[in-house]
Amino acid sequence: MNYDFNFDVIWRNWELLAQGLGLGLFLAIVSIAIGCLIGLLAAFGMLSRHKILRWIAGGYVSAIRNTPILVLILFCYFALPQLGIALDKISSFIFTLSIYAGAYLAEVFRSGLVALPKGLREAGLAIGLTEFKIKTNIIIPVMFRNVLPSLSNNFISLFKDTSLAAAIAVPDLTFYARKINVESFRVIETWMVASMIYVVACYVIAWLLRRLEQRLAVPR
Amino acid sequence: MSPILTISGLHKSFGELEVLKGIDLTMQQGDVVSLIGSSGSGKTTLLRCVNLLEDFEKGSIELAGQKIGYREDGAGQRRRLPEREVARQRSMTGMAFQQFNLFPHMTAIRNVMLGLIKTKNMPKDEAREVAQKWLERVGMAARSDHYPGQLSGGQQQRVAIARAIAMNPQIMLFDEVTSALDPELVAEVLAVVRDLAVEGMTMLLVTHEMRFARDVSTKVVFMHQGRIHEEGTPDEIFGAPKTERLQGFLANSEI
Repeated sequence: MNYDFNFDVIWRNWELLAQGLGLGLFLAIVSIAIGCLIGLLAAFGMLSRHKILRWIAGGYVSAIRNTPILVLILFCYFALPQLGIALDKISSFIFTLSIYAGAYLAEVFRSGLVALPKGLREAGLAIGLTEFKIKTNIIIPVMFRNVLPSLSNNFISLFKDTSLAAAIAVPDLTFYARKINVESFRVIETWMVASMIYVVACYVIAWLLRRLEQRLAVPR
Repeated sequence: MSPILTISGLHKSFGELEVLKGIDLTMQQGDVVSLIGSSGSGKTTLLRCVNLLEDFEKGSIELAGQKIGYREDGAGQRRRLPEREVARQRSMTGMAFQQFNLFPHMTAIRNVMLGLIKTKNMPKDEAREVAQKWLERVGMAARSDHYPGQLSGGQQQRVAIARAIAMNPQIMLFDEVTSALDPELVAEVLAVVRDLAVEGMTMLLVTHEMRFARDVSTKVVFMHQGRIHEEGTPDEIFGAPKTERLQGFLANSEI
């Protein structure tokens, strides 16, 4: 192999890569926040007494989980406008990633809810709380702490999935890497650096989330 | 004096299985009634009906002069009261559970404060004071900032009792509060219950601690197959059981 490594073009464009990374993080954070809300609603829906709610929530979860995310992204960006729902690139991607995250988090939350001892609810009832107050003050906070490790994993997956935003020309890290690659032909350097940035970013995120888990953990 | 609790003709089924087959029980203020009987006799279900954790199909429960859980509509149909009303009535009773059921993400004092703030709308500072007072009463003041996971079973149960009684209930319900405890931790919890009894708290308790039931109760009720089989003063029940069934039960229980 005879290849002269030259990283100059990468260093010259570091600002673009940093911007792309920043946007990716932003997309992941907004999407997991919205995804948590959707996931909570869907989880309670799947456990509802009402058949219709169970049916809607279950249908949503399995439809989304059984569709490749790239197809979802393309569908939301290209097909929804035909149906009258036109969003700009970034909003469309956040929308897609949120409903995608929501479906996976719904399963996480559902198993978290099922695993809670039923005595917690009864203890809440016994001090005169309504079902709604029991959910907001006891059930959700306890469940949330218990599922935090799975939530962290989901967030990291989601951050990596933001690379698919490049498919609809959202200017994330992968988008800029491709741009630099096309303009400079430094193929190996470009994709090596892009990969490294993802690896380091994921590593740092994982470390931060672990610290958060430790802080929020229920003391034993 | 009008009774604080009147249970009349109470029937309760789980599906096909009828677990309460017509219970009548009256309690005056300050009464301490122990429910004894083998497992499956319906004593825990009866207790759970009194704070509406279970619904029941027939009969009525009257607490401090109010029918709880249900009302008759114009057509004489029995209807369950709306959730808010049920929650309010429930807070007139305090319940301590076999498994303590403390909220694991809150410190001891926050456990006690939650109901005061969220049900009684008490300001936070006042709730903290009330909670601290009750934690002191159960000997847990020094541990008020500990989480349930950092407390022994006996300590957790004492916090759970403080949490229930801080709501200032008309009657306290104890559901086998020592059954999940290691033997060496039973005494500290029973001491707390005994103190409450001595101070005149009205209490209905399900227990397997026969010696304790004999000591603290004003009345003992022996249940068998969903019915009250025999009732009387502790001396009558433990000293001179009339029915063969009760004699048999007591012979198999440690006293």
